[in-house]
Amino acid sequence: MTKTHAISVVVNGETHERVVEPRLLLSDFLRHGLGLTGTHVGCEHGVCGACTVLLEGAAVRSCLMFAVQANGKRLTTVEGLGTPEALHPLQEAFREAHALQCGFCTPGFLMSLVPFLEEHDDPDEATIREALSGTLCRCTGYQNIVEAVRLAAKAMRTARLEGGQG
Amino acid sequence: MSTRVFGQPVRRREDPRLLTGRALFVDDVDLPGMLHVAFVRSPMAHGRLLSVDTEAARQREGVVAVYTAEDLGEYWRPGPLLLPPPPTIDDVVFHERTQVPLVKDKVRHCGEPIAVVVAESRYIAEDAVEDIFADIEPLDAVVDLEAALTVDAPRVHDDLESNLQAHVVQHKGDYATAQSAAHAVIRHRFTYDHGTAAAMENRGIVAHWDHRAEQLTVWDTTQAPIPIRGGLAAMLDLSESQVRVIAPFIGGGFGPKIMMFYPEEVLLPWISMRLRRPIKWIEDREENFFATTHERSQIHHAEIAVDADGKILGVKDTFLHDAGAYAPYGLTVPINSQCTLLGCYDVPAYASEFRSVFTNKTIVTPYRGAGRQHGVFVMERLLDFAAEELGLDRVEIRRRNLLQPEDFPHNHQIIYQDFAPLTYDSGNYPPALERAVEMIDYERFVAEEQPRLRAEGRLVGIGVVTYVEGTGIGPYEGMRVTVESNGKVNVATGVGTQGQGHFTVFAQVVAEQLGVEVDDVRLTTGDTSEFGWGAGTFASRGAVVAGNACHAAALEVRKKILKHAADHFEVAEEDLELREGKVLVKGVPDRAIPLGTLAQMANPMRGAVRPGTEPGLEATSYFGPESGTTANGVHAMIVEVDPETFDVEILRYVVVHDCGTVINPLILDGQIHGGVAQGIGNAFYEHLVYDDQGQLLNAQFMDYLLPTATDVPHLEGDHVVTPSPLNPLGIKGAGEAGAIPVGPLFAQAVEDALRDDGVRILEIPLSPNRLFELVMHARDAR
Repeated sequence: MTKTHAISVVVNGETHERVVEPRLLLSDFLRHGLGLTGTHVGCEHGVCGACTVLLEGAAVRSCLMFAVQANGKRLTTVEGLGTPEALHPLQEAFREAHALQCGFCTPGFLMSLVPFLEEHDDPDEATIREALSGTLCRCTGYQNIVEAVRLAAKAMRTARLEGGQG
Repeated sequence: MSTRVFGQPVRRREDPRLLTGRALFVDDVDLPGMLHVAFVRSPMAHGRLLSVDTEAARQREGVVAVYTAEDLGEYWRPGPLLLPPPPTIDDVVFHERTQVPLVKDKVRHCGEPIAVVVAESRYIAEDAVEDIFADIEPLDAVVDLEAALTVDAPRVHDDLESNLQAHVVQHKGDYATAQSAAHAVIRHRFTYDHGTAAAMENRGIVAHWDHRAEQLTVWDTTQAPIPIRGGLAAMLDLSESQVRVIAPFIGGGFGPKIMMFYPEEVLLPWISMRLRRPIKWIEDREENFFATTHERSQIHHAEIAVDADGKILGVKDTFLHDAGAYAPYGLTVPINSQCTLLGCYDVPAYASEFRSVFTNKTIVTPYRGAGRQHGVFVMERLLDFAAEELGLDRVEIRRRNLLQPEDFPHNHQIIYQDFAPLTYDSGNYPPALERAVEMIDYERFVAEEQPRLRAEGRLVGIGVVTYVEGTGIGPYEGMRVTVESNGKVNVATGVGTQGQGHFTVFAQVVAEQLGVEVDDVRLTTGDTSEFGWGAGTFASRGAVVAGNACHAAALEVRKKILKHAADHFEVAEEDLELREGKVLVKGVPDRAIPLGTLAQMANPMRGAVRPGTEPGLEATSYFGPESGTTANGVHAMIVEVDPETFDVEILRYVVVHDCGTVINPLILDGQIHGGVAQGIGNAFYEHLVYDDQGQLLNAQFMDYLLPTATDVPHLEGDHVVTPSPLNPLGIKGAGEAGAIPVGPLFAQAVEDALRDDGVRILEIPLSPNRLFELVMHARDAR
């Protein structure tokens, strides 16, 4: 049981080298090993989605992965998205639309939506709801989250156009 | 005057922290030398605990301690009774049996804690749990509510004569007379089964005893940090000033996080004091299904007596309520059911009787709605059946029975859960009903749309239900408002927050009175070292009770500001105004003083503070309402049932709600949305399934289905505003409203959709599978 592995991961642009047990969940590694407690754990069986992070840009559930599986990979957590002073457009939209109440599930929604919005610049309501349906929220009834995604998509479209990349 | 912020959709102040992962939740607390806890829990619902072998666990490397009930010594005792039965109701039978910290002799529900392991990591603690063998002699479990009261039923508590936990009878008028005068009497048996709150954050506790400072600090996912502090101090023989309980950001509460005391809350601080190390326990999701309190199941035998016009003459209801293995929360839930049944209606006679029953299941305590939905379900269904019997329209029978504006205040002549007479303070029910009917376009749907769609073979149905919610009960809450020397305002209150936007709404209340920006008002909530008086966040009371305390404190500070400024400028107080963080002399733009400067002057370094005055610009105020204030609303829904899968799609959902004065419509609408989503889960997706030995069969999110974004429709909402006369701001609570009427709404609309099959829906929760069964039964019966 005491066998351990040395791993190196890049989280939010910063390299971390640690020695971990093979059974250590990625979610526990991020939260308790690296102190990145913005990633939340709601069910530990891959249903609620609160622990979603980006692994090489793709949304994954960190409670369904071991830390050793992330060895040599790039991760992004909610801490890598924006700061209270400079929110990411998606975070800004969540605030604008009152898309969070207790805020516990919110990091999971944000991290699953980042890649979604890269692929969908103008999603309709059904597409948004389908995208949201992999993450559970017990407070909002989802309505304002749908609205936030719409606002974020719009803001990001505008930003792209203004940035000349449109 | 300053720009009004009260009543405006102000964006939330707490969001930037939450959105960036920087808000502190209990599991984020990390202290040097912290140990971790895991529990050995009973795999059986009912059995005699013969022995617990902890030896192997104690030998495991990394295990620091293992405790069983025996190790607790004098500290082992059943938890306190949170609420006694209302002394204002006559002839109540009430058997007090409360939960124990660790099982000593008998396990009474699956998941009841038997031993606790303390280790260097959670992983090691969980390994050690597997090392422990609890020898339990199985006993037959008490599961079925009706069987529980038969003479030969096994007993949950051996020292009681039966499984009866409580018996309560309440009467209004004379039902027998009403029944004999009735044109029709409609009787049915209704059931409403178990569910769970399933807050996204499970429970958790971190306890830290600093033996040098002799201070205990506890981070707890509780909705009631102040009562937890008081209770812990008493149990641990400490002064309340030695115990600091912090309820930081909480990932959803919904009621179960106010059960006092959970065994874990009793044990963690005690362990920390013994080991002199910080201790953490975080519940996992599976534990949550067994160890966090549940929603209630009830079985009602109810009847309604109506005249030929559909006017209600009386209602009689006898019901069983499942208390679970212990009943620490008194009778709040069944009394809510009993009282809320009367709804928005004029009911001249009411005979209500309930028996609360001990079973070998997880304890039942209030969960959003807290039993109100059961009463509403029974009444709304009875009205539907009465309408059918009389050939009346479902909306029309409600219209004919609504209380009218001149009927308020309306005393129902029975006692509510706050021990006060059930009196509706104010209300304007007809416009709420008419508005909902108009928004869902009821007449046209029934006359045109539905026949057209049905002709195409589409199973569409419509429902309209009404409800009330008793909110904003006492005892009291308090608030301290301080203008600091930098001109910013600090506000402290005891009520914790689980997402209701307290940081924003209370800031709005203060900003309104002091003429400052909402962003300049900082709120501290749920930390007993900041504010030590109050009850907690429950029963849709935060905005009503704490909101009005906040208003009162802000008014006091405003008075102090005006007094100091009047002295300073040598003008009358009436000539001053507060805006933009300053006090200004009206009409003299250059005569102004910032609040910060005034705060410094009120707290001088030299010279005396005058007798009869206090330093600083600060005030603490309390608000304690005599009784609750009654909110109301109407929900309407159009559904379509898939004839093959019996899945239900909600095509439209309308909410018209009246919770009096609104502080922040953005936050209010959010509360309604979330409530409805939980109601939809409760009505159609969520069902805790027990087998006949009390095993919970679906204790995970793969099998216990929470509604997702594709299950909850877009809600269309509107408000009627009827202020409460019971508090200065005119507020009524709104936290639970959305969840309350969804069950009967589903039943009515789905039944309407399945009308050709003659399906009768007498139960909640439903599911596609259950609808299929009901349709098959109905077809067989024909």
